[in-house]
Amino acid sequence: MAIPNKPLGETKAVRDPKVEEREVDILIVGGGMAACGAAFEVKKWMSEGQTVLLCDKAAMERSGAVAQGLSAINTYIGTNTPDDYVRMVRNDLMGIVREDLIFDLGCHVDDSVHLFEEWGLPIWKKSAENKTLDGKQGQKMGTLKSGAAPVRTGKWQVMINGESYKRIVAEAAKLALGDENILERTFIVELLNDAKNPKQIAGAVGFSVRENKVYIIKAKAVMVACGGAVNIYQPRSVGEGKGRAWYPVWNAGSTYTMALRAGAELSMMENRFTPARFKDGCGPVGAWFLLFKAKTLNGLGENFAASDAAKAELQKYAPYGTAAITPTCLRNHLMLFEMKEGRGPIMMDTVSALAALGKTMDKKELKHLESEAWEDFLDMTCGQANLWCAQDCEPEKKNSEVMPTEPYLLGSHSGCCGIWTSGPDYDWVPDAYKIKYNGKVYNRMTTIVGLFTAGDGVACSGHKFSSGSHAEGRIAAKEMAKFVRDNASFKPTLKETTKELVDLVYKPVRTFLDHSAYTTAIDINPNYIKPNGMMYRMMKATHEYGAGTATFYLTTSKNLEIVLNLLETMRADCEKMAAGDLHELMRAWEIIHRLYTVEAHLRHIQFRKETRYPGFYYQADYPGQDDANWFCFVNSTYDKVKNEWSLKKVPYIKIIP
Amino acid sequence: MPSFVIAEKCDGCKGGDKTACMYICPNDLMVLDPNAMKAYNQEPDQCWECFSCVKICPTQAIEVRGYSDFVPLGSSIMPMMGTEDVMWTCKFRSGLIKRFKFPIRTTPEGTANAYKSLKAKDLNSGLLSTEEADGYKLPRPQALV
Ligand SMILES: Cc1cc2nc3c(=O)[nH]c(=O)nc-3n(C[C@H](O)[C@H](O)[C@H](O)COP(=O)(O)OP(=O)(O)OC[C@H]3O[C@@H](n4cnc5c(N)ncnc54)[C@H](O)[C@@H]3O)c2cc1C
Ligand code: SF4
Ligand code: SF4
Repeated sequence: MAIPNKPLGETKAVRDPKVEEREVDILIVGGGMAACGAAFEVKKWMSEGQTVLLCDKAAMERSGAVAQGLSAINTYIGTNTPDDYVRMVRNDLMGIVREDLIFDLGCHVDDSVHLFEEWGLPIWKKSAENKTLDGKQGQKMGTLKSGAAPVRTGKWQVMINGESYKRIVAEAAKLALGDENILERTFIVELLNDAKNPKQIAGAVGFSVRENKVYIIKAKAVMVACGGAVNIYQPRSVGEGKGRAWYPVWNAGSTYTMALRAGAELSMMENRFTPARFKDGCGPVGAWFLLFKAKTLNGLGENFAASDAAKAELQKYAPYGTAAITPTCLRNHLMLFEMKEGRGPIMMDTVSALAALGKTMDKKELKHLESEAWEDFLDMTCGQANLWCAQDCEPEKKNSEVMPTEPYLLGSHSGCCGIWTSGPDYDWVPDAYKIKYNGKVYNRMTTIVGLFTAGDGVACSGHKFSSGSHAEGRIAAKEMAKFVRDNASFKPTLKETTKELVDLVYKPVRTFLDHSAYTTAIDINPNYIKPNGMMYRMMKATHEYGAGTATFYLTTSKNLEIVLNLLETMRADCEKMAAGDLHELMRAWEIIHRLYTVEAHLRHIQFRKETRYPGFYYQADYPGQDDANWFCFVNSTYDKVKNEWSLKKVPYIKIIP
Repeated sequence: MPSFVIAEKCDGCKGGDKTACMYICPNDLMVLDPNAMKAYNQEPDQCWECFSCVKICPTQAIEVRGYSDFVPLGSSIMPMMGTEDVMWTCKFRSGLIKRFKFPIRTTPEGTANAYKSLKAKDLNSGLLSTEEADGYKLPRPQALV
């Protein structure tokens, strides 16, 4: 949205930026939970004289999905076992997951949680009388590491006072890595392959969002951890409210696009996440279900999820549908069924839930409970709190509507799309899950030698959440250090010249400077397209044809053909993308990253001839699950020289009974 | 629910080299108009209402007004950041006011233990640095298929 009489952005882009070339051993791209984990861990394993650099497009203190805080750590094993953790994730993701990666994560995640607490993150505790203490009062019970009992909402979550979660985690990361090894406000555009071995990584190129400068960074090992993708589908609000997506609007699929353009194999990109949240504000519902035991009602006031019809529907998806915890996609599926049958809207019955709790609680406890309900929003979805205030909604007096959002792509929350990586080098891990280089296995390395990922980047192993992403970043960091030790003599060399790379990154700026004087209105010009226009074009196409909210997440083979053709044209038109300032240059590259990411998503949906995740999407020509033919991973690669995609089935191997 | 800057309260961070709101916004929305020396949100429809700019502004010049697509007028929520707690004032459209105070951290800012002097040993093991230091024993699956 333009601001009247003011050009967007205050830092104008110039034709010829400064260029800074760097060479390091290890490059970390991203500054979120996974990257902060890597930053904390990496130097402890590096030897004297080795170098590292981290680039984040924002400021680490508040970048990524945890920017505004969180109210729970969703993965803490505690007295559970990693084996059960694998079973939970497998069931939620309808059976097809990488059990080696999930088990491995389950072995390490608690160590990260213990560090968070040591650094100052307030974690709720149970008192000796089994009462709930907040993170400050709870300190007297000791730390989780010393055996204090956390407050669990479900089997895996622990409650926190998490407003400053990201600040705390970033503080430790920055101290460990050293300010001199961090470039904030540096947007990475493309990963670069080695000139001698196109299957090996050699560095990355990006630009500063604060000054006209291009960074060309050579590295022996690179980690890409830029989160998932949002705004690839038309959001439910299209005016100012476009920003209030559930997923943070700044993660643009950079992880997947940069990896696929470097030739790395992606996996399960068909998987998506369309969380059911409080309508429009996208406030979390988890605490309402788990902590306050609230139920959702259909428009007739019925607890539809407990009906015989719902049970019969879930039976169709046994064993997942009939498990004690219904998979996330199937919960959506039941909700959508009600809506399509004309029994909407779906309401969260906060009134009855709080009244029921009130019966067993005194006034003080009830007041505390109210504050907990509000904290759930204020810690991580402030906007929902304001929406309730604006609607004069006090949850004890008025129920609130719940609605599934537009689709997002991510690999660390309740979704599992991402990049195919190596598992750990243990005897119980099948050989097919190990990626080797010179005979050695490197955990979390992609199919591109020296390229690692973590968090939302790693495919087939959802439910890592904030803590798991941090732990996985640490795992990848150690493996990068190992890779650098083992390949000390490797000298990364780039195929592209400095000029070619600058031309690539600044092309939208030059297009703008070459043509902007031709018309009187800066945004309307036949010689170029602005990122904003391209974003709307992409959203319209995916919304209408690619199983967006327009069709209740339904697509067909014919519709997929149409949308893929539209996307091809859009990618071609991106050659004419124009950016007049540095902010807009970032938007230009974000939209390019989004386009490749959503194309990968739709190609995977097209390839998998079944509907594996009803509630997340439906392929009308192939309804239902087809275990006989599709109980397998789908992996894809993209060849950027030939502009060719190839997809294949990869066998799923069950490890944990 | 885009952020907005109250003209009278913004002092452009006194022309310092780090404009707080511009430094912090995860989506690069807050910018300083160098002539007026006042900040503004350059792309309100890309604001996630994360309140990072509101919380960091030294003069409390930034507030948030509900998205015009779906938020009725008249409410507000405002955080006051302390070193250990945050205090929220939530004003309803009806005028009702609720206040909530939550802890934010249990250690002084800047003191997170980064284990800077920890030198990990066995690069070939499956252990992370602090796990190695603690003598943690890696679990194995209890049973295999
Ligand atoms: C709305 C929401 C609620 C959640 N609630 C919880 C919860 O209650 N509990 C819980 O444990 N987990 C929760 N999670 C999950 C958790 O936030 C994620 O699992 C975790 O943040 C993933 O870490 P990441 O490092 O992969 O991505 P992120 O933390 O999102 O980090 C991505 C990073 O990449 C940077 N970046 C992006 N593109 C580029 C580029 N091109 N160049 C350079 N840098 C780039 C970003 O600035 C950012 O620093 C929630 C997630 C969301 C979205
Ligand atoms: S942080 Fe506050 S005072 Fe500083 S420039 Fe921004 S709005 Fe103005
Ligand atoms: S609320 Fe968050 S996204 Fe919006 S301008 Fe402020 S810092 Fe940026």
